[in-house]
Amino acid sequence: MKYLIRTLIAIAVVSLSACANEQPAPKTKAVFMLLDTSGTYTQELEKAQKIINYLLAKLESGDSLAIARIDSGSFSEKDIVAKVTFDPRPSKSNEQKRAFKRNIDSFIKTVKSSPYTDISGGILQASEYLNETGAKEKYILVFSDLKEDLVKGHIRNFSIPLANVNVVALNVTKLRSDNVDPRKYIGRLSDWSTKVVEGGGIWTVVNDLDRLESLIKG
Amino acid sequence: MNTNNLLYMWSSSPALSIAVWFFIAILAMYLARTTAHKLILNAGRSIKYALRLASISIIKLENRLDERNKQVTLNIGQEAKERLIDREFHRVNDIVTKDLSGYPALHRKISDTLGKIEADYHGSTDAPPTPPNWIQAVETIARFPQQGDPVTAKILEGIQETIVKTQQETFKLYQKNSTERQQLLKNILPENRNLTQTLNEVKSSIVDISERSEFIDKQMDQYEKIRSCNDKTVRTLHASSLTQFFVSGLVLIIAILGGIVNFQLIALPMSEMVGGTSQIGSMQVADIAALVIIMLEVAMGLFLLESLRITNLFPAIGSMDDKMRTRMIYITLTLLTILATVEASLAYMRDMLAADNQALSQSLVGLSVVEAEFRWIPSIGQMVLGFILPFTLAFVAIPLESFVHSLRTVIGSIALSTLRCTAFFCRLLGNLTYQTGKMMTHIYDIVIFLPLQIESLLLTNKSKASTHKTDKKSNQIIEKIEGVLP
Repeated sequence: MKYLIRTLIAIAVVSLSACANEQPAPKTKAVFMLLDTSGTYTQELEKAQKIINYLLAKLESGDSLAIARIDSGSFSEKDIVAKVTFDPRPSKSNEQKRAFKRNIDSFIKTVKSSPYTDISGGILQASEYLNETGAKEKYILVFSDLKEDLVKGHIRNFSIPLANVNVVALNVTKLRSDNVDPRKYIGRLSDWSTKVVEGGGIWTVVNDLDRLESLIKG
Repeated sequence: MNTNNLLYMWSSSPALSIAVWFFIAILAMYLARTTAHKLILNAGRSIKYALRLASISIIKLENRLDERNKQVTLNIGQEAKERLIDREFHRVNDIVTKDLSGYPALHRKISDTLGKIEADYHGSTDAPPTPPNWIQAVETIARFPQQGDPVTAKILEGIQETIVKTQQETFKLYQKNSTERQQLLKNILPENRNLTQTLNEVKSSIVDISERSEFIDKQMDQYEKIRSCNDKTVRTLHASSLTQFFVSGLVLIIAILGGIVNFQLIALPMSEMVGGTSQIGSMQVADIAALVIIMLEVAMGLFLLESLRITNLFPAIGSMDDKMRTRMIYITLTLLTILATVEASLAYMRDMLAADNQALSQSLVGLSVVEAEFRWIPSIGQMVLGFILPFTLAFVAIPLESFVHSLRTVIGSIALSTLRCTAFFCRLLGNLTYQTGKMMTHIYDIVIFLPLQIESLLLTNKSKASTHKTDKKSNQIIEKIEGVLP
């Protein structure tokens, strides 16, 4: 009898200590999505909403998600529309996802277009946020036409630290001027690719939004 | 000096140089022929003897292992038979205690019944009533001839009436007595039936004991055979062990599949309790917690069956006194029930979480959340499954015990076969090496066949010359002898 009680106690202690010594999972993901709200691109935001819903379905407990707008000066916390780190408990995590969706739906309905487009500032802000999360896999999704239009005096011509960050350009629409001279479009993509790779990041372009499964690994 | 330099040492022409080297090599080989042959043959012989030695050692080891395996098989068989016989004796004891302990009471009951039947039987004896003594005198008087005397006739009529009346009364009395006797005989009937029933019960118990004793006799015969350690018994036990191994292995695989289903049922809700993000090593804490619960259920099942003396994996539990063992049965059963209840609630939580996930997915793709009809059916199904599976897993102790016991025999057999094969290959390799050595000496001779042929020719000529010389000397001696002789 004593032997049985001792065995049970030992198993319970091992189980409890196993739970007590738990460490954060190293396989968490963090996603920061930048939404371009300049000019006519706001019309594309419904597509962004679908991508956000996809991300909400894909991300699991412990993962982080933040959505920020790209406006005249994007290197600011004020531009973050919603951010969340999902709770370890699945039920709580589902509640957070519902609340997040409500926030985004409300933002999409009320968004106003900005006169300038500070993409670099947004990416810098995203990089800072992602590094703070401590996640293993980091993603910056840029939902924009990648046409940067800075306010006079803003300095963005420096390398952005993007070590081990996957930067994915989504729905890079062609501008009217691109149709006249496609080299401008190719050049724009090439410039951003160089900037990301120089910062230590990985550059990808996904224009076909039916293939969202390639956005996030795992 | 590199290879090229060596090649062109004798001539600038490679063919010529190679030919010179070849000639030197052949010459060297011819000169070293006897030593080389000895070396090759000795090397082959040494390897052969070394491998034969190894083979003998392995065969000795194999014999020892075989003996040990036999002993293990016999011990397992002996233990199994002992348990079987012990159980049969317990059953016989139960029958004796239950049925035959009431034998004195039964005997008293039968004696009482027999006494009652005997009394009733005596009471029912037919005793015809004896006519009164004066009847004969009256009959004699009644036979007197009537000579027309009216007084005499009246007297005689009176006497006749009295006689008839007396006879009727006697007859009535006899009838009454007969009815009473019949009633007594009727009373014997149920008593007799009771007696037959009681005797049948006794007979059934006796027959049961008799059958059990026959079974025990059979088992005892087999037990004696096992104790006599003959090969046939060992082979039979070995075959039985293999069958047990495969059957219990199959049942264990089924149990493992059951465990996987159980795991799937509780892993998700466990993440609700211990969190879904933490990991230990490469495993999630929720998964480990679910596995711990399943393992605890299996352990409780093991202890329960051990306490019930169905299995015999932990002698410490089996040898506990009955009071302690009974307590342990209740404790393990209670813990198992608690775990089963916890699992049933976890299964319900899993269903709720799955429904929540489904609703979220629907809302994310823009569909309105539809409540599925008859959702309670899978919910109840999962709960029932969650409650039953722990008890089902508890029974894994029985095939586990068989598997563990038969595994010893199977591992022994595998080791024995491996040793036998190794010994055979050692001998084969030794013989092959020796024969290869012999073959190599012949190949050696083929390579240097030219000098060998020359040597052979020279030896032949020398032999011929020597023979010729010997013949000549012989002839001279013969001639001398012939000259000396008259």
